[in-house]
Amino acid sequence: MPDAGAGLLGIGALLLLLALAHVPLGNHLARVYTSERHLGAERLVYRIARVDPRADQRWTAYALSLLAFSAVSALLLYALLRLQGVLPLAQGHDGMHPSGAFNTAVAFVSNTDWQWYAGENTLGPLVQMAGLAVQNVLSAAVGLSVAVALIRGFTRSRTDRLGNFWVDLVRGTVRVLLPLAVLAAVVLAACGVVQNFHAAREITTLGGGTQALTGGPVASQEAVKLLGSNGGGYYGANSAHPYENPTPFSNFFQIFLLLLIPSALPRAFGRMTGSPRHGLAVLAAMGVLWAAGLAAVTAAEAAHGGQVPQAVGAATEGKEWRFGVWDSALFAASTTGTSTGATDARHDSFTPLGGGALLAAMLLGEVAPGGVGAGLYGMLVLAMLAVFLAGLMVGRTPEYLGKKLRPKEITLLALYVLVMPVTVLAGTGLALGFPEPRATLLAGPPHGLSEALYAFASAANNNGSAFAGLGADTVFWQTGLGLAMLIGRYLPMVVVLGLAGSLAGQQHTPTGTGTLPAHTPLFTGLLVTVTVVVAGLTFFPVLALGPLAEGLR
Amino acid sequence: MFAGVARQAAAGLRILLLMTVVCGLLYPLLIWGIARTAFPGRADGSLLRVDGRVVGSSLIGQEFTGPLWFHPRPGAYDPLATGGSDLGPDSGRLLAEVRLRRTAVARTEGVPADSVPADALTSSASGLDPHISPAYAHLQVTRVARARGLDAERVRELVDAHTTGRALGFLGQERVNVLELNAALAAAAG
Repeated sequence: MPDAGAGLLGIGALLLLLALAHVPLGNHLARVYTSERHLGAERLVYRIARVDPRADQRWTAYALSLLAFSAVSALLLYALLRLQGVLPLAQGHDGMHPSGAFNTAVAFVSNTDWQWYAGENTLGPLVQMAGLAVQNVLSAAVGLSVAVALIRGFTRSRTDRLGNFWVDLVRGTVRVLLPLAVLAAVVLAACGVVQNFHAAREITTLGGGTQALTGGPVASQEAVKLLGSNGGGYYGANSAHPYENPTPFSNFFQIFLLLLIPSALPRAFGRMTGSPRHGLAVLAAMGVLWAAGLAAVTAAEAAHGGQVPQAVGAATEGKEWRFGVWDSALFAASTTGTSTGATDARHDSFTPLGGGALLAAMLLGEVAPGGVGAGLYGMLVLAMLAVFLAGLMVGRTPEYLGKKLRPKEITLLALYVLVMPVTVLAGTGLALGFPEPRATLLAGPPHGLSEALYAFASAANNNGSAFAGLGADTVFWQTGLGLAMLIGRYLPMVVVLGLAGSLAGQQHTPTGTGTLPAHTPLFTGLLVTVTVVVAGLTFFPVLALGPLAEGLR
Repeated sequence: MFAGVARQAAAGLRILLLMTVVCGLLYPLLIWGIARTAFPGRADGSLLRVDGRVVGSSLIGQEFTGPLWFHPRPGAYDPLATGGSDLGPDSGRLLAEVRLRRTAVARTEGVPADSVPADALTSSASGLDPHISPAYAHLQVTRVARARGLDAERVRELVDAHTTGRALGFLGQERVNVLELNAALAAAAG
């Protein structure tokens, strides 16, 4: 079978599996966050932690709990990373230095998983399991909680209460992420992903040389890395490493895992708001953007533009042979579209336009379909913006799901939309303005600009994938990208919670003849257009100087 | 205000510590137990043994040089430093390397330069790629057979026996596991 036929069949099979999981998982998510019942295990957690699960929080208290939890998470992870040398199971690795530990702690708590280090020569199993993997679960549960709080802003009326952060956090972990992770980890282990506690074992190779075979509890970490749109690999090579992703089937399964929860969330949203068709319209917008990104990346990689791919005859540099070009492009488009950031191929070696399309997928704001939770609330912000713009055209006060978008809401929306671009562009500007970070870029212009832009886009959008063509082990990159991850994660979250609080306080407005129907293809089209226009107007100039200049040369 | 923050942080810390035990210790240990029981060889790293001695992992590529062996894709094959070249599509350095590799492979195998396949010219994403294309394997048959004193047809059969098709007919690519092929080759040569 030709590559294109096999590749298209793979995409079809992926969509089929996601479609099969969509309704049951979406309904399950809706039940988890609306049920009145607490499981026995959950009640035990609340009792030990001494939190009252019945307390209904204002948006300020909800945000405060979230920020306090994230802060203690970052501090504990920082301590684990710094103290590794004196902890058990370090396998000879020392603690990280301060700026590196800051960067890594922030990266995993903020669901970004940017990695300046390579796991195989930096971290032992204890820190990977009890530090990084824990945050892979919890940071995803935090993302889910913000999405759920925003949904409650639509479903509740005349209240200042949004639910309880601790309950949402614990339920997301116990009822959603952990059970899925156990199933996924077993499938991955069956494919050949390792799960052991060996330090590197020196062996004599068949050819008479030596090789150190690494070990680690990889299957358990791999499952949550993908399910939680985290992306931090156990090893430096991430999902290209045969011990993380040994077969074409495990590769396919990993792509399924990273799209699973983000693509099911719109169903939960539709069910909780009582308008499943609107959930479908939102999912359709996410799907259109994902498909467009996938088509662009795949076409560029298959056409193998650029001097090296032309000389070789295929875009195979930085790709694993067992996956090939099509499956690597599918992974790359999905990992950048979901803010996962795991990679099964080196994005820096993608063709100019292929790499540019991956960058563009992140600059859209990670809504295609975006990270766990973050993708949905990001898309709902854009949906409100779309309704606002449509309202301007007909001169009416815009309404969305029965809530009026007044100046206060619009101000918050504008703030949300501005945070990421300001962080990305200011960061890239600083990186290019100072000689020290500029010297760490692997390539000169225009590819060097793409490398710096990609790094800040990845950090501020909490993606975590790397163009990798820069020496990220410097104080500038570790601190700068660390700050970009913090701003890009928590400022939008607080804005969304404020928005949810403001919406929940409103009474429901009955749908009138002037209300834009939110379940039609027209709405989906409008949403896609707004997403593209907002990102396009912001980033076109810098994309033109980087990947476009490179691709057209 | 400050007391409120401290109270929230204390509650957060207690939940975090509990979750660290559940997600960070119990969960990986559960998977370890299941994997060790159900797929012991795979959980341990899919080790390949020749005459009882571990010579590597079926999943991890190894460096092979010289006329006696099938050669893998370019790379360091060091599991303690994984990753790719990260050189861009218009990198002059990568372009020069690709040209050198093309000449070197063509000379080693005694074939025209334009018949060298893409996988022989480019390094992988992991630096540990265990596979090459069937095309690159067949390109090496004549040289390996001559160096080993084996019939070329016999070596070609070995290559075919170690060629894996796409999973389910459409996932991934057709490929040859170099370490397994070389192990079979060494066994056949006695």
